[in-house]
Amino acid sequence: MHLALPAVLSALLFCTGLYGVLARRNAILVLMSVELMLNAVNLNLVAFDVWLSSTAEDTLHSGQALTLFTIAVAAAEIGIGLAIVLAVYRNRGTSDIDKLRDTAEGPGPDDSDSDALAAERAEKAEASA
Amino acid sequence: MTLTAAVAAASTTAPSAEGHGFLSPTGVEVAFLLVGLLTFGAALVTVTTRQLVHAALWLVVALGGLAVEYLLLSAEFIAWVQVLIYVGSVVVLLLFGLMLTKAPIGRSPDADSGNRWVALIVAVAAAATLVWVVADAFRATWIDLDGAPAGSTEVTGESLFRNWVLPFEGLSVLLLAALVGAIVLSRKAKEEPSPPPVNSHAGAGSSPSVPDSRNHPIEQEGAL
Repeated sequence: MHLALPAVLSALLFCTGLYGVLARRNAILVLMSVELMLNAVNLNLVAFDVWLSSTAEDTLHSGQALTLFTIAVAAAEIGIGLAIVLAVYRNRGTSDIDKLRDTAEGPGPDDSDSDALAAERAEKAEASA
Repeated sequence: MTLTAAVAAASTTAPSAEGHGFLSPTGVEVAFLLVGLLTFGAALVTVTTRQLVHAALWLVVALGGLAVEYLLLSAEFIAWVQVLIYVGSVVVLLLFGLMLTKAPIGRSPDADSGNRWVALIVAVAAAATLVWVVADAFRATWIDLDGAPAGSTEVTGESLFRNWVLPFEGLSVLLLAALVGAIVLSRKAKEEPSPPPVNSHAGAGSSPSVPDSRNHPIEQEGAL
């Protein structure tokens, strides 16, 4: 098999995930795009491991071992990421990452956002109380 | 005549010298290309659709297509791990996350943020650069899939438990840490201030009386 096929596919998948991370607004959709990027890296690792194991007679299989590690780390990452998203949703009432601007620098258009957030938080507190 | 002879000789010797050619794709290559197109299309729909639950379901198609690609690359153990962990658990976790954050069913107009055109420019530029570099670098490289499979369960298990035992154990520690971290993060912190009124209310009758009877004599003794 031509080695450029999996390499090009993995590059395209990575850039698709890159677009998703940059353009999406919901935090869970951003996590999905991160999964796409991780899978692109996995495809690269597997393809080059198969190539090296037949060409250079590499018996260490570092690419496939690293792929397994990446999959496990991705599973841990998605668990922690969803826990953080749920904690943010419970405190703020939204999972919209454009509205999480508490650490943004300087005054400006953020004030209206923070006011809206404070209003939302007050409403939520009233609702829960 | 010499030119045609040279071209004919080149066209006959070049494939026979390498045994490969662009214009004579093998069945594996054709299957890889078709499944790759399906995977890429599903990934595009995942990042562009406005229906949040559909994005998660198209992600299943993209991840399943990648599992088929692993099978075509003769890495079967990775393929089944991909099906088990990604399609089985990660997507289910994402769907749970969507449900728990009350994601709107149906079209949500604000799924994309305002900087989507900048993101599109960045992604297309990165894709063009990466594809150009990668295709130029591996233009004449072929994977030999005819020998023993490089990723059967036996081969992967041997390499994992002979050469990669220590990282493997470290990974289990990482998973344990992630488990504990997820529990700590998702525990409700607001519950802690509210139980004390209940406890103090229930314990107001009993607990103050017991410490009173025990503490006061000690304090009195200390005072005396």
